[in-house]
Amino acid sequence: MSPVGASRQLEIKIARKAFRTASGEVREVLRDFSTSLAVGKVHALVGPSGYGKTTLLRIVIGLDRDFEGAVALPPGTKIGMVFQEPRLLPWRSVLDNLRLAAPQASEANLLRIATDLGIAGHLRYFPGELSLGLARRVALARAFAVNPNFLVLDEPFVSLDEALAMRLGDELMALVEHTEVTTLLVTHDIDEAIRLADHIMLLGGRPAKIVADFDIALPRAAMTADYAAKIKAEIGAVIAEAVA
Amino acid sequence: MLLRILSLLLLIAIWQVASMLAASRLLPEPLAVVDVMLREARSGALFFNLGTTLARVAISFALAMFFGTVFGVLMGRSVTLDRLGDPWLVVLLNLPALVIIVLAYIWIGLTDTAAILAVALNKLPNATVTIREGARSLDAGLEEMATVFAMPWQTRLRHVLLPQLAPYIAAATRSGLSIVWKIVLVVELLGRSNGVGFEIGTAFQVFNVALLLAYALPFVGIMLAIESFIVQPFEQHVSRWRIKTA
Repeated sequence: MSPVGASRQLEIKIARKAFRTASGEVREVLRDFSTSLAVGKVHALVGPSGYGKTTLLRIVIGLDRDFEGAVALPPGTKIGMVFQEPRLLPWRSVLDNLRLAAPQASEANLLRIATDLGIAGHLRYFPGELSLGLARRVALARAFAVNPNFLVLDEPFVSLDEALAMRLGDELMALVEHTEVTTLLVTHDIDEAIRLADHIMLLGGRPAKIVADFDIALPRAAMTADYAAKIKAEIGAVIAEAVA
Repeated sequence: MLLRILSLLLLIAIWQVASMLAASRLLPEPLAVVDVMLREARSGALFFNLGTTLARVAISFALAMFFGTVFGVLMGRSVTLDRLGDPWLVVLLNLPALVIIVLAYIWIGLTDTAAILAVALNKLPNATVTIREGARSLDAGLEEMATVFAMPWQTRLRHVLLPQLAPYIAAATRSGLSIVWKIVLVVELLGRSNGVGFEIGTAFQVFNVALLLAYALPFVGIMLAIESFIVQPFEQHVSRWRIKTA
């Protein structure tokens, strides 16, 4: 539900983003990166590590304002962020971590999210007492607790074993579909992107930009191995071409 | 614990034996000191002077810790402020306590304001340096998290910043208290007409060692009690989230 006249898209246009390295030279990371994210969809940004994916995310969520271009989020956008590392407050319990990020959320709501993500039994623990998998779940719960309309995930399943990553991915998508939140997922894993996203942007080149866009026509629940393989082959062809 | 008590008893025993051997007014027996203590307590002078000194300790310590924390955080986070403030810190750190005390009395007058200010200024650079160390090692990731989740500054201060500084604040508290309560006595000796330091000064003038110890020992006892019943439990409380190694 967006007010009349409000943008239904999130516009991201980055003309140029450069860093000055320690040795004093300027390294361009992104150039002519432009995309619009349809509201309510899951968008995956795929690319090998070192291609500025995290840099791009930091610009999108407003942590980095030192770039040429513009990021236009619809007014009143509430961001739920899942960083690569869980980034929980180690000196506060799991429940307090959720409460502090989302002070307006009701206890019942927090408990429901915690139950959905399988951490209801760990609310009294300190983050240091959790496994990485559980800490990731808490970070996901925290992002949902703020009732976001823009969910941003930076490699949320990296360094989890595959079965756990799959299960957590499914739980995440159940929540995303239930809340219809616009989602931007950054990953280096093409299979994960195909499985979870409606729209895949392939990042490549140096400085990096979007080299190809794919819309996944099949809804997640109806995803078949054949269709996934077909998309993966298309993406593979683009990557091969880019490298050649 | 038992061993510590035994060790303390041994110290008192040595004192007793030494005083018997010396048989001098300049080294009174433990019981003679207790006697003077009780006399001073009954007259109310002991409590009045202890209270006065403790109040000065508390105020100057609180001032030094508050401003030390503020300056430390600012200097730890801003390179420019660090460069601006660092020479001042070096000067203050190397200024003998006595110089600050005397200057404060000369410029402000023989008042409590001057006394408290002098003590606070002596402690301030140490607190600032310790907290600056903590502010330099703040976790940038948590700060970004707090920014993205739009946490209000009160939340950031209480739940993100202060818990990270807590070990440094505890360290500054520990070393700070021990500096402050020693300097307070000197300040009182030099320019106040009450407090433990003043009473010790009076005792010194007439070589009354029993009176001197009657004031010094309870004061040391109180500071030790504050250290072990307030400072240490506080340290344990703020580090309770750390996983205990079995």
